[in-house]
Amino acid sequence: MLGVGILKGLTETARNFVGSYFRKDRLTTIQFPEERAPRIEASRNFPFLVYDGPDAMAGLRCVSCFICEKECPPKCIIIDKSTDKKPDATGKLQFYPAEFKIDVSVCMSCQICVEVCPFDAIKMDTDFELSTQNRFDDLLWPKLRLAKSNEYYHEIHPTEAAAVDADLAAARAKAAPKPAAPVAPVAAAAAPEKGTTA
Amino acid sequence: MTTLAEAPPKSTLSPSASNGDTQLLEVSMGPQHPSTHGVFRMDVSLDGETVVKLKPIFGYLHRNHEKIAENETYLGSMPYTDRLDYFCSITNNWAYALSVETLAGIVVPERAEYLRVITAELTRLQNHTCLAGFLMQDMGASGTPLMYAFREREKILDLFESLTGARMMCNYMRFGGCRVDLPAGWLEQAKTVVAAFPKFLDEFEALLNGNEILMARTQGVGVLSKELAINAGVTGPMLRASGVNYDLRKVDKYGIYDRFQFRIPLGDHGDVYDRYMIRVLEMRESVKILEQAMRDLPEGLIQDPKTKVRNFKPKPGEAYGRIESPKGELGFYLVSDGTPRPYRFRVRPPSLINLTILEDMCLGRNVADVVIILGSVDIVMGEVDR
Repeated sequence: MLGVGILKGLTETARNFVGSYFRKDRLTTIQFPEERAPRIEASRNFPFLVYDGPDAMAGLRCVSCFICEKECPPKCIIIDKSTDKKPDATGKLQFYPAEFKIDVSVCMSCQICVEVCPFDAIKMDTDFELSTQNRFDDLLWPKLRLAKSNEYYHEIHPTEAAAVDADLAAARAKAAPKPAAPVAPVAAAAAPEKGTTA
Repeated sequence: MTTLAEAPPKSTLSPSASNGDTQLLEVSMGPQHPSTHGVFRMDVSLDGETVVKLKPIFGYLHRNHEKIAENETYLGSMPYTDRLDYFCSITNNWAYALSVETLAGIVVPERAEYLRVITAELTRLQNHTCLAGFLMQDMGASGTPLMYAFREREKILDLFESLTGARMMCNYMRFGGCRVDLPAGWLEQAKTVVAAFPKFLDEFEALLNGNEILMARTQGVGVLSKELAINAGVTGPMLRASGVNYDLRKVDKYGIYDRFQFRIPLGDHGDVYDRYMIRVLEMRESVKILEQAMRDLPEGLIQDPKTKVRNFKPKPGEAYGRIESPKGELGFYLVSDGTPRPYRFRVRPPSLINLTILEDMCLGRNVADVVIILGSVDIVMGEVDR
């Protein structure tokens, strides 16, 4: 009969409209700037560099091994390797990135840099409010802007960060029992670089 | 004998020369027409309101995916496949991973296969709900059905975000498995979403199925015959709406699809209404697969530990991996020459091939019908143009 379909449809609409006053699952909209959706832990947006200790530039875990630069699919990472070595947060002498830039207008948030990094130095951020008025300087982030503390990493990805910290501690404990021969751990740390910088 | 300077016959200058009261009007629909689902353009020749010729023009979103992939490592192409059909990034990942696994002879662990089925069927659910919503939008039911569809899709996208980190560009599959395991509580949340889904479908069907306007607009419109569908290589719900029983989940039984009990819905008429109904029925079948997969999900590895992430070099050879994506047969053809980059990378996009018969379905219909026929093909321009 003509009109029955329309009536049925309008009944459905009315049920949803009235139901939105009583049932939470029918009211799905979030009034964004005032209220926010709960943060999802696995969420990812752009990469950042993790540092240990109080000083951001001294504590960077990155040893500029160029793996992420090479594996990045859209090639948005630009690294300048240092010529000298500086002690990192654990006191070991390491190369460090003289400059580490990410072009976030090119980055496609694929997380491959995170997967290939052998030093757990680069991780994904969850910050999404990144609009800017300067399309050149504000979209090419230098290492000063990319560096975020390990505490911040724990805050945004607690489960993952705890696992990473446990891994790093295990690796350090493995390297530590041989303090008599300090040459060995340095050689072990340098080994992954040799294979990839060629 | 004609001379060179002779003017062309009058009839080709103007179609009105023949009977004086009609004149063909060429209308360019798109590339920024709101109903063309992206930057698609149709050159439509109209006799009054009737379509007498339709020329599809695409390439506005071409971004060189296949050539970029030849200069990229095998893993580096994985996030680019997300951008093909951006509604169903997980099935794109799966098709690509499947062809690389065929090429390199990698075996996928049991748990990873189940995770793939679960995520892929969730993708199918959200793609088909959106398609139904957009089809109603094209028909002029602006808002309500589309918003209901998006409300359900939102729940599935939240699941994707808590699993893969992104809502649409999931980048979830890896060669020999999946990237991450399920986080705590994910499976329970997914079970709730899937259990509530048939209720939504009931609501959606109550809203739409018997609606006179929907039936008047779609029944008998854009009929695609069985023969033409087969000859043109049409796949997916389009082909099944024309009554051809062809679903790669049953034909190839890729992954572990032979373990699940589900049926393939088939249409009778091949019109827009059948294509809409096929999608709704397929969603119900997907819910069945999801329930079985989530019930049987085993423990174990999620990725083959021998697969290398960096310096992955399959032996020279070629492989074609295809899956039933929500839009049809999605295939990746790869040629390896033993280097870390594929020698040749080719995508068989279902949207593009389903689009080739657009003119045959539209001839003799109105412009308003062209819009819904295009909507029922279910195209995503990211996949058509690549």
